[in-house]
Amino acid sequence: MLSKYYSSLGAIFVIILIFVTLPFVYNNQSFLFNMMMYLALAEGLNIIYGFTGYLPFGYVGFFGAGAYGASIVIMFLRISPFLAVLAGGIVAVIIGIILFPLLRLSGAYFAIANLAASQALYYLVANPHLQKVTQGPYGIDLSSVYNANASYYLMLGVLVFSMLLVLYMRKTDFGLSLLAIKEDRVTASLAGINIVKTRSIAWMLSAFVAGLCGAVFAWFTAVFYPSTVFNLNVSVFTIVFVLFGGMGTIVGPLLGTLILYSMYNFIGISTPEYFQLFYGLLIMILVLFLPNGIVSILQNWRIDVP
Amino acid sequence: MDLLAYTIIAGIMYGIFFGLVGVGLNIIFGVMRMINLAHGDFIMLGAFLAFWLFRLFGINPLLVIPIATAVFFLIGFPLYYAFAPRLSKSSDPEMLSFILFFGLSQVIEAVIILAFGNNQRSIPSTVFGTSPFSIWGQSFPKAWLATILVAFAAFIIIYWYFRHTRLGYATRAIMSNREEALISGIDIDRVSAIAFCLGLVFASVAGIFSYFMIGAAYPSMGPDLTTVSFAIIVLGSLGSPLGTIIGGLLYGVAIMFMQTYFSSWANILPYILLIAIMLLKPEGLFGKAARSA
Repeated sequence: MLSKYYSSLGAIFVIILIFVTLPFVYNNQSFLFNMMMYLALAEGLNIIYGFTGYLPFGYVGFFGAGAYGASIVIMFLRISPFLAVLAGGIVAVIIGIILFPLLRLSGAYFAIANLAASQALYYLVANPHLQKVTQGPYGIDLSSVYNANASYYLMLGVLVFSMLLVLYMRKTDFGLSLLAIKEDRVTASLAGINIVKTRSIAWMLSAFVAGLCGAVFAWFTAVFYPSTVFNLNVSVFTIVFVLFGGMGTIVGPLLGTLILYSMYNFIGISTPEYFQLFYGLLIMILVLFLPNGIVSILQNWRIDVP
Repeated sequence: MDLLAYTIIAGIMYGIFFGLVGVGLNIIFGVMRMINLAHGDFIMLGAFLAFWLFRLFGINPLLVIPIATAVFFLIGFPLYYAFAPRLSKSSDPEMLSFILFFGLSQVIEAVIILAFGNNQRSIPSTVFGTSPFSIWGQSFPKAWLATILVAFAAFIIIYWYFRHTRLGYATRAIMSNREEALISGIDIDRVSAIAFCLGLVFASVAGIFSYFMIGAAYPSMGPDLTTVSFAIIVLGSLGSPLGTIIGGLLYGVAIMFMQTYFSSWANILPYILLIAIMLLKPEGLFGKAARSA
């Protein structure tokens, strides 16, 4: 009965093992943290993009909402950061619910509207008139609760949670109905799938994961500005990682993030001036020659990818 | 009262310029059904072209227009054939082109930073004479007048192209129905490539005059301009190039009012406007349905 989960659970186990043991060998904790964060974001984006085809270009909006939600809760209510992270996730879900109407839009319209929404949120948070609540453009300071190790392992928890979510979607009717909607909306609704409800749940799950990531990031970083957590690059990196790996699978986004994020860091350190050029070209080549990601190569070799 | 009059008149002039900013994006969208996310970066390229020609040879921005036309046709044709035929055969052209153009935008920005450094550039607005001109008692720099006349010329050319040339007829045929245009023997790729180049040219012309309307040019100015342009063409109506003028005017007046009376909220305006219009009236304020949702 459990056998259909073996390969996926194996992949998740390997990821846990890597991030528990690596800190003892490689002491760049910030790199490892960011790697886990992008892995979790990639799986979170996979939930909505891979399973429904909606491309959330403003995914960073949920990330930022989570970061600010958690920070504000910590500053005003002085509760434990663990609870605050959960609050951050919930704030992101609330933003997701506010943005429900966007799901009526299709294709690029959705992507642009979502991008606009994340920018609107950014300007709202950074507005000097809201300084009493959000500190406006002057940024958040959480150094009183800073705890690098605790936030590191919490991030690992969020990552495992996001992988389990995708595993659940891969193996259950819920994920299958999303894929059906993606393929053909009309046929899916004829088969008795409640389209609005199903995709709304996927949207909220995806927002929740991004919100948790943002919240843990806020705790780990402790000092940050609106431009840090609403940086459009967070969306774009995540989309490219998912595309490169192959969406709709568990392993695809993991592979994509592990390979590309390491490569980005290598280039960012060795030749930072060429970074943007390299990554722009990579996006173009990817779209033109490998639109289904590296997983599609494996699948061509008849390897079953979880 | 004076402030109000200034706001309205300046807003209208701003709006005409912003019509020019958006029109290229709308032409490309109308023909290819793809959103050129690198639109703002082509505006930036136009601005940099004008800057260097002015700095090195003292060429007046007005004379840069024909040069820009030649340059962007030379860039546009190979660019179109490099990706468009391949993309239209792929599984999801709309989404993939969206990401592809994002990549292109990054490449353009990176190349300009590598070549010219990450600096702000500007052309003094005194190239069009130092004395201001006045409308209804409000005075504005001469450069604004030049910009607006160029924008009007551009709109007239677009109107003439679509209504009075064979290529324009073919372009409109493709805009209204791609398959039927193909059946009636129109060379879709060639006509689309020309429309693509035209879109880039109008973007670059907006860039040449951006110094006088929106200030200094810098390599990373593109993405914000793309969003603004998209808001404008959605306001006007997607896929109808001349509808862009109306979108531009509405946007121009709105942004002037925000900047004058609620300046700290002005940044957020294009985004809110964009979302509101897409949700409430996705076919644009004055357009027919152009969206397949």
